[in-house]
Amino acid sequence: MKKILFVNRQAPFGRSYAKESLDALLAASAYDQDISVLFSGDGVFQLIKDQQAKSIEQKNIASTLPALEMYDITKVFVQASALSARGLTTGQLAITAKPLNEAEISALANTQDSILSF
Amino acid sequence: MIFSLAVYAAPYSQEGSATALRFAESALRQGHQLYRVFFYADGVHNSSHLHTPPQDENNLPERWKALAESYEVDLVVCIAASLRRGILNSEEASRYEKPSHNCEAPFNISGLGQMIDACVNSDRVITFA
Repeated sequence: MKKILFVNRQAPFGRSYAKESLDALLAASAYDQDISVLFSGDGVFQLIKDQQAKSIEQKNIASTLPALEMYDITKVFVQASALSARGLTTGQLAITAKPLNEAEISALANTQDSILSF
Repeated sequence: MIFSLAVYAAPYSQEGSATALRFAESALRQGHQLYRVFFYADGVHNSSHLHTPPQDENNLPERWKALAESYEVDLVVCIAASLRRGILNSEEASRYEKPSHNCEAPFNISGLGQMIDACVNSDRVITFA
């Protein structure tokens, strides 16, 4: 079993990365690997609840996020400094994500076999 | 070392696709193995056979093709990402009743599982966005 970390760094709707990372993440869950996901930088915006994507004719990213748990993806992390820099708190997130500081993020990345960065 | 590459960058719009190609060429020249190149997101545009750049510019799809032929590199294009961007092989074109196709061997259209399989079977996966 390999340890694979997905890193989501982009805001949800300006580019396709948030959606395509989520698709890849759900696909990865079928392969019986040790999957983690980190939301960092502008990627923390993907986690915001009450997204109104319909008004820009998009699918709501945050409404798919609760599916991660059903797919046994429970190692969900968020960069604490990226949240605070954007005036956000974990209470505003659609799913539970464990806040990590920079040293903890380095430690997490160091233990991985592969990192897929979006 | 066994590498795989994940390419999300479109040719000519972002440097990432050309950098991925040069990385692949260098790694193979130095005797490393390239398990797979997985084209995802806008990176699927690298597989179009209809690119017609000016003659004094890099023809990236041709160079990917040459690389695949010299070293038997597995070039895989994500089906979900490619269909929505109009990258189709003859099989998908006939399935969706489209008048033409633009993706041919050595590029193979397949599923996202191939990217995860690349992670499992490679020492390093490098993303080019």
